[in-house]
Amino acid sequence: MGRKIDLNRFEATVLPYLSAAYNLARWLSRNPQDAEDIVQESYLRALRSFDGFRAGGDGRAWLLGIVRNTCFTWMRRNRPEAMTMAFDESRYTATAGFQDPEAVLLEKIDSKVLHQAIEDLPYEFRETLILRELEGLSYKQIATVVGAPLGTVMSRLSRARKELQRRLCEAPQEAQP
Amino acid sequence: MSCEETGLLLDAALDGELDARSAMGVEKHLSGCTVCRSRYEARRNLAGTIHSYAEYFEAPQHLHARVQGKLRKEDQSDAKERPAISPIAKRWIAVAAGVVLFALVTTLVVNLLKRSSGSELLAQEVVAGHIRSLMTDHLVDVASSDRHTVKPWFNGKLDFAPTVRDLALQGFPLAGGRLDYLGGRPVAALVYRRNQHSINLFQWPSPAQDASARAASARGYNLLQWKQGGMTYWAISDLNASELAEFERDLRN
Repeated sequence: MGRKIDLNRFEATVLPYLSAAYNLARWLSRNPQDAEDIVQESYLRALRSFDGFRAGGDGRAWLLGIVRNTCFTWMRRNRPEAMTMAFDESRYTATAGFQDPEAVLLEKIDSKVLHQAIEDLPYEFRETLILRELEGLSYKQIATVVGAPLGTVMSRLSRARKELQRRLCEAPQEAQP
Repeated sequence: MSCEETGLLLDAALDGELDARSAMGVEKHLSGCTVCRSRYEARRNLAGTIHSYAEYFEAPQHLHARVQGKLRKEDQSDAKERPAISPIAKRWIAVAAGVVLFALVTTLVVNLLKRSSGSELLAQEVVAGHIRSLMTDHLVDVASSDRHTVKPWFNGKLDFAPTVRDLALQGFPLAGGRLDYLGGRPVAALVYRRNQHSINLFQWPSPAQDASARAASARGYNLLQWKQGGMTYWAISDLNASELAEFERDLRN
């Protein structure tokens, strides 16, 4: 009897964040099918550790922390090459004599170019950026999800944005045909 | 606030994550620095671009059903695997678990105490004694570089006469002495100096045989322990290990 109520309570706590879980897994795995598998495994893991979740706590941050960890181990097991893949510098040829890239106002970014640039970011930068910009989490929530100190979150996010800005400056502003 | 400091806080300022004081510092700098101002604008523009153009991947329709189905299945197989346990049995299991846990913890604590026995515990006390003497500025009770002043001072305060040697010629002038308490007994603490460093030399009688020096380090301090002429000596200092060894050699010769 008790377990049935638990499942209902569990579903009420974390199922509303299915899209948050999928979005994070999708950006981290860069593959829709992998993302689905990761999300499913994350929910099973979450169910098993639901006893450790404090009632009234931040269900989204708790779930995303599990998604993040599941994704990391899943990727290392199934897509080791993606975890070690070096950043493809050739896609972003530095423009000689460019003004301060950090100060360039990017206009009319092609969403395909943006998508590619984010996907090309190193894993940890991408993770922090997605949690902040798309999930709208506070630094404190991000720190909980990724299990890092606040200062690390702050510097990772700063470096992620700087790197993205630099790459977008160097990328062709319109997608190549 | 400098450009460098502002650069470090730019993102936190943008995200409204700064405390009021830092936020004001950044604000003030931005109002007077066009370089940082344009970087700030570019960063804000980038954040806006991501919000508007980066895709938020909504979970596909079928995923909800798939996950929910999997959860139900897991829940049921779990329930089957674990036969129902009556409340009374549960209580007994809890009691038994408590007893086992208590036994385990007791064994563990006893073993830990055994392991960190003797010299290790003493070393911790020596470090604590050294730190305490520096922190409370209570390095010496009798301040003198003259051993004929320091040594008699201990008379009647200890049940032994400590060895007090003058090492000024070797570069370790005596600064004084005080009483300390280590390993459950009063001990003599002599303080020597080398340049700006203080060396605490603890000593007390022990029946053990002579033993050559053993070195250790803890919390950034170097320690040397040896036994000579029925006395145990501990020297501790922030001095480097080789100079402390030199001190020990000079003292023994």
